[in-house]
Amino acid sequence: MPRFIAIRVLEGLATLLVSSFLIFGALYLAPGDPLSYLIGNRTLSDEAIAALREQYHLDDPFLVRWVAWLGDVLSGDLGRSITYRDDVLSLLGPRLATTTLLIAYALVVIVVIGVGLGIVAALSRRALSDVILAGTSIGVAIPSFVAASTLISVFAVGLGWFPAFGPGDGFLDRLYHLTLPVIALTLASGSYVIRVTRAALREEAARDQVKAAVARGLPRGTIIGRHILRNGLTPVATVVGLTLTSLIVGSVVVERAFALDGIGALLTEAVAKKDFGVVQAICLLLITAVVIVVLIVDVIQVVIDPRVRERQGIAA
Amino acid sequence: MTELLEVEDLVVELFDGAEWVRALDGVSFTVAPGEIVGFIGESGSGKSTAVNAVARLLPASARVSGSIRFDGRDVLAFRQRELARFRSEELGMVFQDPRASVNPVTTVGEYVTEGLRKTKRMPRAAAYARAEQLLGEVGIAEPAQRLAEYPHQLSGGMLQRAVIAAALSTDPRLMLADEATTALDVTRQAEIAAILRAATRGRGLGTIFITHDLELAGALCDRICVMYRGRIVEQLPAEELHGGAKHPYTLALLRSRPSIEERMPRLPTITAADREAFLTAPAVGADDAGEASASEASASEGGAR
Repeated sequence: MPRFIAIRVLEGLATLLVSSFLIFGALYLAPGDPLSYLIGNRTLSDEAIAALREQYHLDDPFLVRWVAWLGDVLSGDLGRSITYRDDVLSLLGPRLATTTLLIAYALVVIVVIGVGLGIVAALSRRALSDVILAGTSIGVAIPSFVAASTLISVFAVGLGWFPAFGPGDGFLDRLYHLTLPVIALTLASGSYVIRVTRAALREEAARDQVKAAVARGLPRGTIIGRHILRNGLTPVATVVGLTLTSLIVGSVVVERAFALDGIGALLTEAVAKKDFGVVQAICLLLITAVVIVVLIVDVIQVVIDPRVRERQGIAA
Repeated sequence: MTELLEVEDLVVELFDGAEWVRALDGVSFTVAPGEIVGFIGESGSGKSTAVNAVARLLPASARVSGSIRFDGRDVLAFRQRELARFRSEELGMVFQDPRASVNPVTTVGEYVTEGLRKTKRMPRAAAYARAEQLLGEVGIAEPAQRLAEYPHQLSGGMLQRAVIAAALSTDPRLMLADEATTALDVTRQAEIAAILRAATRGRGLGTIFITHDLELAGALCDRICVMYRGRIVEQLPAEELHGGAKHPYTLALLRSRPSIEERMPRLPTITAADREAFLTAPAVGADDAGEASASEASASEGGAR
C-alpha cells in the first residue's frame, strides 16, 4: 500500500511538471504581449522598456524562464501580479478561502443529495425512481451559467430569499450566501451523480450474489448496505472524484455570475488583462487540486475493492 | 418416512416481457430428510424455477399456485418475517457459479460467517471459529488462512466448498443445489458431489440437486425427477435411471449420452414426432394419479412451456 501511494504521488508530480510546462508555454502562444499591458497608454523610453523587460525576465530564452519560474514556485514564490502590483500568493490567499468553501459545500451537496437520491432512485419503487430520473434529465441539461442567472432572477431578485452576490461574513452567513452558487454549480454534476449512482446500484442489485444473500435470509439492511452499496461504490467514487474536478473548473463561471471574490473570478480577470503570473499560478493550483483529487480517488478504490488491489499488485 | 418438503401441483407463470409463460405446469414431488432428489432435464425445463419457487426467489410478478409445504408449513403463505426466518434457518442454497454468488469485495470469512452473525446474532469470534470448523468439514486445508483471503484468491472448487460451508453454517434442513457442480471441472464436480452427499447423510438434510450430468445424478442421488417443459415426466429411483427408465423423454435424454465403449456412426436426433411423444406420454412414476391427468390436460392444450 505505501508503495502504491508513493508510485501514484510520483505520477502526480510528473503530471504537474508536464502541465507546468504547458501552462507556461501556452501563455506565450496566445496573442498579445504582456509588455503592452504593462506600458498601457504611456509612452516610455527605450531604456524604461528595457528595464521592464529585464524586471519580468522577458528577454531570457523560454526554457530558462520556465526553469526559473518553476524554481520560484517550488520555493513558495508565485511571482508578482502585473495588474495588482502585489505578490500573487497574497492575492490568492483570501480568495482561496472563498473558492475552497464553495467547492467543499458543493461536494457535500453532491455526496449527500446526489448519492443519496441515487440510492433512493435505485432502491425505491418504479414511480419515485422515474420522477427522480426525469428531474435529473433536466438537471444535466442545464449549464451552470444558465442556472446561475435563473436562480438569481427567481430566488434572489424575485422572491428575495437569498442574496444575489457577495461572499458574506462569518461561517453561517457565508453558507447562506453560497447556497445559490452551490445550486448552480451542482445542478448538472449532481444530476449526473444521481444517474450514475442509480445505474451502478441497479446493476449491483441484479447480481447473483445479491440473490444469494436474499436466499440466505439476510436482513434487508444488510443486503443493501453490505452487498449493494458496498459493491456499487467503486464507480460512484470515481464519478464523484471526476465531478469534483469539474466543480473546480465550473467554479470559475459561477463565481463570476454571483460576484464572489474567489479564485475563478480572479482567473477570468487575469486572463483578460494578460496578467501572466496570476494565470500561471491559478492554473497550476487548479491542476494540483485535480491531481490530488485523482490520487485520493485511486486510493479510495483500492481500499473499497480488493480486486483492484490485486490488479495493482498491492499486498493488503 | 415423513416428508420434509412436499410440493403439490405447483404451477408457476412468469411474464417474459411480452406474454405469460407457464414455467411450471403442475409439478409434484417430495423430499425426505437424508434424501437427495436429483432434477434433470434440458435447459428451460423448469428445474431452477422449481427450486426458486421453494425458496420464494421468483420475481414478484410471478403467478404461483399449488402448494409447497415445508415440515407441514405452507411456504407460499409465509409473510416477510417468516420467509426471512425460513430462508435463514431452514434453507441452504448453492448456486452454479461460486464467483458470482460470493461478494467479491469482502473476505471469504465475512461471507461464510455472514449468516451466523446477521441472522443468528452470533458474536464475530464465535462465528469465525464455527466457520473454520465448517471449512475443515468440507475439506479445505488451512481454513483460518482461507477465511482471511478474498474470493478471487481461491480456486473455483475451493470457493464452492466455502459456499457449501456457508450454506451449512446455519444448520439448515433443506439444501437446494442449483447446478452446484456445473461450473467446475470433472474431478472437482465429484468432490463437491461427495461433500453434498456427506452433508445430506450426516446431517439428515433433504437435498435437491439440479444437474445436467446424468451420470452424476445417477451416482449421487436417491431419486430422480426428469423434467420436460415445466412438468416432471418421470420420477424413478436413481439406480433405475440406466435401464429402468420408461418415459420417451428420459430414454431420449439417455440416448443423447452415448457410451464411450460403443462405436456410434451418428448421434440420435430428436424429431417432431419424438417431441409430440414427450408431451403426450403419461408421466411415469408419480405417486398420485392427479399429476398424470393434469399433465395430459395441459398437453392437450398444446403450446405449454
